Amino acid sequence: MAASIASFARETWIVFWRQLRIALRNPAWVIIGLIQPVLYLSLFGPLLEPMAGILGTDNAYAIFVPGLLVQLGLFGALFAGFGLVAEWRAGVIEAERVTPASRTALLLGRVLRDVVQLLVQGVVLIALGFAFGLRASFGGMLYGLALTLLLGAAAACASNALALVTKSEDVMAPLINSIALPLLLLSGILIPMSVGPQWLETISDFVPTKHVVDAIRAAFAGNFGEPILWGTVWAVVIFVVFVIVGTRTFRKENA
Amino acid sequence: MIHARGLARSFTTRKGRERTEVKAVAGVDLDVEAGEIVGFLGPNGAGKTTTLRMLTTLLKPTAGTATVAGFDVATQSEQVRRSIGYVSQSGSTLPEALAGEEVVDHGRLYGISKAQATARGQELFQQLDLDGLWTRNPRAMSGGQRRRLDIAMGLVHDPKLIFLDEPTTGLDPQARANLWQHIGALRTDRGATIFLTTHYLDEADALCDRVLVIDHGVIVASDSPEALKQQVSGDLVELVLTDAAALPRAAAALGALAPGSEPEVDGLVVSLRVPQAGRELAGLLRSLDRDGIALEAIEMRRPTLDDVFLNLTGRSLREEAA
Repeated sequence: MAASIASFARETWIVFWRQLRIALRNPAWVIIGLIQPVLYLSLFGPLLEPMAGILGTDNAYAIFVPGLLVQLGLFGALFAGFGLVAEWRAGVIEAERVTPASRTALLLGRVLRDVVQLLVQGVVLIALGFAFGLRASFGGMLYGLALTLLLGAAAACASNALALVTKSEDVMAPLINSIALPLLLLSGILIPMSVGPQWLETISDFVPTKHVVDAIRAAFAGNFGEPILWGTVWAVVIFVVFVIVGTRTFRKENA
Repeated sequence: MIHARGLARSFTTRKGRERTEVKAVAGVDLDVEAGEIVGFLGPNGAGKTTTLRMLTTLLKPTAGTATVAGFDVATQSEQVRRSIGYVSQSGSTLPEALAGEEVVDHGRLYGISKAQATARGQELFQQLDLDGLWTRNPRAMSGGQRRRLDIAMGLVHDPKLIFLDEPTTGLDPQARANLWQHIGALRTDRGATIFLTTHYLDEADALCDRVLVIDHGVIVASDSPEALKQQVSGDLVELVLTDAAALPRAAAALGALAPGSEPEVDGLVVSLRVPQAGRELAGLLRSLDRDGIALEAIEMRRPTLDDVFLNLTGRSLREEAA
């Protein structure tokens, strides 16, 4: 058992390093991923500042940055599968599947790359937010970042699984967009759902990621109460479900 | 090395509400002994790749059993994977990666150390004429180099059994001949057993000790290329005459060599399949000469694997490939 855990960790690490090396050699995607939140912060953030009162806070960025974190985690990671389609086309996935390496390691090594990328982006986002005027509890920000990484890992698993099933960017792109957009809108990424009408908030209560966004906002505010508990439970549940789904997809068809 | 009994794989396809079961491989029996180079021949869609994917644990059989390198493909897939090298026809490296790093990472997934994988990889690069390409992108390599890189990937863990899926498809003739040499050397230098699929007859002829022909998901022949060709009833003898008036006499002389079959006449050409024609040729020429029949040309063609294929399946492999 211990030996198999060690070899699983080793295989995950090999896949992860290979992915990271390739990603760093072509950093365009990392940079594009970073520019997006910067644009939101600098071009949309100032619009929110005067609305801080309506949002029920004295620091608009403490509401806004957590939303951007989740957007980064969901959107960035949901598109991670595109790289997998290219790898599949080049025969890399087949070549890896014919090795004795654990199928789960083949998936998690890739997801780990996305999580590391998300971590860097998240730290940059929070640091930039500070420059713009974000003030929040330090421990809360760390906790919020951790929830973001869980959500991002789940999204990356889902995206990689989808890539392996569809094997086509042309199918994936509209599918992901049509899932991600309502998810982002109903999660209250830009403005908390509590500002809106009752019916909209009621609908959003059924969207798990809304609870994660609420939890991260609560954490930023240093308010470690019930919202954090629910958001954390949801983040963990989503993570576990999609790791299982992703692993099953990677195992499928194999003898 | 490979023993399969009744190996089968069917897929269900859905057309509207109707579900139909398609048998891609309908029950294959095959045996490959250590040290053999065996070619797996068949037209597109005959079940070649599906069989190969089952033997390499990439696809679960729906029926039958197979042991590969002594392990069961269904229940001991990890041991099978450890013992075999697989070079797929779709490549194995990312165009943007570095060739050497891809080989090392691949080797490490088999559990060998980084230093070992590097040493092995560099040795393979040398043997496969890839020296100097360690830090090159596969994208910037020629088709032949990329195929050899794929082979290096498949050999980095030093397997004794190697599966090659259409190894020379898409290569120019020079690169193909070069790759054949390298494939042949795998056996002479490391005693490897090789199982390769191809739809090129000359490839099977040049490389393989034995050829398995698959058609419609079953094996229809298994023998050496020579023996298979002998099954075709004889060599083709073709006489080109100078004078149409001599046609009937020439046909009679040729027909005497293979009693029971009629020569074909096409313009000034008379042709017939004659068993072991080499032995008969001198006598034929003497009798034509005696009869005063002048020849423009005479040709004798040994049967090709394409004739074999036509015989076995009623189709020409060349048409399929084209």
